[in-house]
Amino acid sequence: MKISEIEELLELEPLNKPQGTDPNVAGGYASDLLSDVMGKAMADTVWITIQAHPNIVAVAVLVELSAIILANGVKPDQKTLEKAKEQDVIIYGSNKSAFTLAGELYKAGVLGVRKQE
Amino acid sequence: MLQNKLSYAFPIEASDFTKAGDAAGKIKKILKLAGLPATVIRRVAIIAYEAEMNIVIHSVGGSLSLDLTSTRVEMASQDNGPGIPDIDLALQEGYSTASDEVRALGFGAGMGLPNIRRNADHFCIQSEVGVGTNLEVWIDIGVS
Ligand SMILES: Nc1ncnc2c1ncn2[C@@H]1O[C@H](COP(=O)(O)OP(=O)(O)O)[C@@H](O)[C@H]1O
Ligand SMILES: [Mg+2]
Repeated sequence: MKISEIEELLELEPLNKPQGTDPNVAGGYASDLLSDVMGKAMADTVWITIQAHPNIVAVAVLVELSAIILANGVKPDQKTLEKAKEQDVIIYGSNKSAFTLAGELYKAGVLGVRKQE
Repeated sequence: MLQNKLSYAFPIEASDFTKAGDAAGKIKKILKLAGLPATVIRRVAIIAYEAEMNIVIHSVGGSLSLDLTSTRVEMASQDNGPGIPDIDLALQEGYSTASDEVRALGFGAGMGLPNIRRNADHFCIQSEVGVGTNLEVWIDIGVS
């Protein structure tokens, strides 16, 4: 599934959306612990979190995530948006909770995936 | 393959959460350009990120270095204190001395050093209280 389809389906608010990119989404991961995401999330997946500080962009780049979805109406820091623009990281916002977002994604066929040790 | 060793150094500032992760990002870019396998790059990215974050969160500042040879990726971190009093304890999954403020940002899960060790083929950490901490890791590339 393309990130644009997910945006439409979940009614996500684009907070940073680089021109001309519509990456594939091979699954999802939800966590608010940066080390956990760094160690377990897979490339080409969406990450649901309520963390909004600039370090989430660094993690998204390192893991090669398709997009970050900020749950619970959380707004990214200005620095986070600047960094996301610089590094072409897609960030969406939503008033829905992480649980609801994950449920809707699952229903749409985007399953939870994680790195095996 | 690479004939010589390529060496890079990245200074890391303490408590700078805006730049935190940038050095790991640069290291990752270098490895991508060198054409290393995705599995190796991911392991290096985890190690570089966690080592960098430890300097930012727990130390007074230091640096990260990368040495690329034809057979392995070598990384080292060094900082100028405060050092780790009990390394065995620090290596335990879930152990963290991070402040509540830092934890609220999603750091301080106590997974950093365990994740570094898990992803390294060679892992060595040395620390002296009042002096600093040195970490050395190698990741085998898997080609000769
Ligand atoms: N460079 C360092 N300088 C001083 N203390 C450190 C350093 N790196 C790690 N530590 C200590 O080891 C503990 C465990 O580290 P780690 O596994 O990365 O977990 P976390 O960073 O989430 O606390 C830290 O909480 C800290 O007490
Ligand atoms: Mg750590």
